[in-house]
Amino acid sequence: MPNTDPSHTISVLVANKPGVLVRIALVFARRGYNIDSLVVSPTVNPKYSRMTITARGSLETLDQIIKNAGKLVDVIHCGEHDMAHSVEKELSLVKLKASPAVKAFVTKAARKFHVKIDDSSEKYYIIEQTGTTAQLNEFETMAKEYGVVEMVRTGKILMVRGKEKT
Amino acid sequence: MADGYARATGRPGVVLVTSGPGATNTVTGILTAHMDSVPIIVLTGQTITSMLGKDAFQEADIVGITMPIVKHSYLVKNTNDIPRVIKEAWHICQTGRPGPVLIDLPKDITSAPFTGDTLDPKMDIPGYKELPKPDKHDVLKMAEMFKGSKKPLLLVGHGAVIARAGDAIKKLAEKLNAPVTNTLLAKGEFPETHPLSLGMLGMHGTAYANKAIIHCDLILSIGSRWDDRINGNNLEFCVNAKKLHIDADFSEINKIVKPDAWVVADARETVEELIKHATPLDTKEWLAELAFYRKEFPLKYKNDRGLTAQYVIDTCYKVTDGRAIVTTDVGQHQMWAAQFYLSGRGDHWISSGGAGTMGFGFPAAIGAQFGRPKNLVVAIVGDGGFQMTLHELSTMFIHKLPVKVLIIDNKYLGMVRQWQELFFENRLSGVDLEGNPDFVKLAEAYGIKGFHINHADHCQDVMKQAMEYPGPCVIHAEVIKEGNVYPMVPAGKSAFHMIIEKPTEKMEKPTGST
Repeated sequence: MPNTDPSHTISVLVANKPGVLVRIALVFARRGYNIDSLVVSPTVNPKYSRMTITARGSLETLDQIIKNAGKLVDVIHCGEHDMAHSVEKELSLVKLKASPAVKAFVTKAARKFHVKIDDSSEKYYIIEQTGTTAQLNEFETMAKEYGVVEMVRTGKILMVRGKEKT
Repeated sequence: MADGYARATGRPGVVLVTSGPGATNTVTGILTAHMDSVPIIVLTGQTITSMLGKDAFQEADIVGITMPIVKHSYLVKNTNDIPRVIKEAWHICQTGRPGPVLIDLPKDITSAPFTGDTLDPKMDIPGYKELPKPDKHDVLKMAEMFKGSKKPLLLVGHGAVIARAGDAIKKLAEKLNAPVTNTLLAKGEFPETHPLSLGMLGMHGTAYANKAIIHCDLILSIGSRWDDRINGNNLEFCVNAKKLHIDADFSEINKIVKPDAWVVADARETVEELIKHATPLDTKEWLAELAFYRKEFPLKYKNDRGLTAQYVIDTCYKVTDGRAIVTTDVGQHQMWAAQFYLSGRGDHWISSGGAGTMGFGFPAAIGAQFGRPKNLVVAIVGDGGFQMTLHELSTMFIHKLPVKVLIIDNKYLGMVRQWQELFFENRLSGVDLEGNPDFVKLAEAYGIKGFHINHADHCQDVMKQAMEYPGPCVIHAEVIKEGNVYPMVPAGKSAFHMIIEKPTEKMEKPTGST
């Protein structure tokens, strides 16, 4: 059954130490929050890493998760962000069996969905797309009509607009 | 033991164990300290770094195993990091909301020479949040809430004990003319003999404290986390009262109860600020109402069908003049001790609350006696829990610690039996301890003096001898087998459903947690 709880994007700035990921994951798992995607990446300061997590669940549980993750000694900052005040991006690779119809479909979708064929060896296309999660979802639905062989997505990253830091 | 030391002294208790099973044996103790916010440092041995993750002899991933129950933990991989790690652990475990910190030390790391620059390095914990000072605006908002309250109630929790907020709370209560109730862990921080004290609230709290919960129009929690053993059912808890919350931990705000005003800061500092803005309230009628409940529903017991645990504990209280440091185990005796051994100081009552760890009481008493060698320390334990850690009798003997171990022996795991009797038609299962050892002989086998009580007539004399005995001793009190703890609020129900004595009708199965 699809999870219908609202989706939240949580950004966590953490000390770059072993085991931090487990500590954060435990805060989610203990409270039954399902993580949809999780991106860990370096920051400009090598001492810190950034985690961007999308997860589904109730607002009350989210409040507890943010407070309890924020309490961890290795967590510098933890907070939720909404789309209105931030820029979000995600990248996906979609593999489709090569055919003139698929090529036409990709060419047509290129401008609207920021897609391009990255690789066309051995009669398969690997199509790269960068965009918002919603854009990626939409393209995925369309691509499915042509038979998606496999798909890999990076998960969402996000940055707060303007002067404020993420 | 380290936990008892920490609670009795306010200083961190330190545990040192070997790797593998030595490390895993600390898990229950770490959970106990975690649930009750006790500062302990656990130093665990570990296999050499080159063998980590290769199933070496006595290897256990203790950092992984304990991750959900520590405040913080370390796996040290460089000898020169040891001074910094110890300094950080010492700071983290006892500041803010205290808790356990584990340091895993591979053998090659502890045996290598230290070649660092300094033994007093800078801490490197940029993510650690120090406790903020009470926010003036938040305090004022809270003080405003008191205005017009006719039925205020102060709820003192373990956070107040940790912050040593007792004197400030006394001033506040006396200024407001507000009655005070306490959680199990906060016994004594506001003296239970004070006229404004209602004693402990909750599942086995006093009837008058629970009546106060039902009828108050304002409740201020000072360092209590509104645990399910006190609220019963958070949706029905104090529905008509303004709820105010002081806590050192931001994540406690809104967790169980949604407060109308809150302050996240040290309990003592906050209460001291609050006193400045507090004005006396007219609580005459409220106090009279509570005095009526106190008279109508006192804590009581009958002694007509044999020796009761309540009488033994009451006698211990009177013989020691209420001045002992009391540690308890978990179960019926714990609740009776909470009801009948009134406490006058927060650090004179040591009990496992959140975790409810059986086997806690006796080792905790040893730790408390190490930390407070001049005090009389009494461990009140049940026959079930005592047998989980009784091997510490040798520790007590070896170190000549004059702890008095009062074993309340009803030959049952009594609290579980009580639930089976009340909620499961007395179909008893796994609670029978008929076949207990002779605890006097057991003590003697360890070279420890044993006393025996099985009748009310000589209870006081024997108790006096035992409490005045200069060395360690065990008092084996054989009490009636089927005594129950009342009052009782069934798990998952609000205080409204409290029963004062044995029910005549069949009880519903409890909906709350075990």
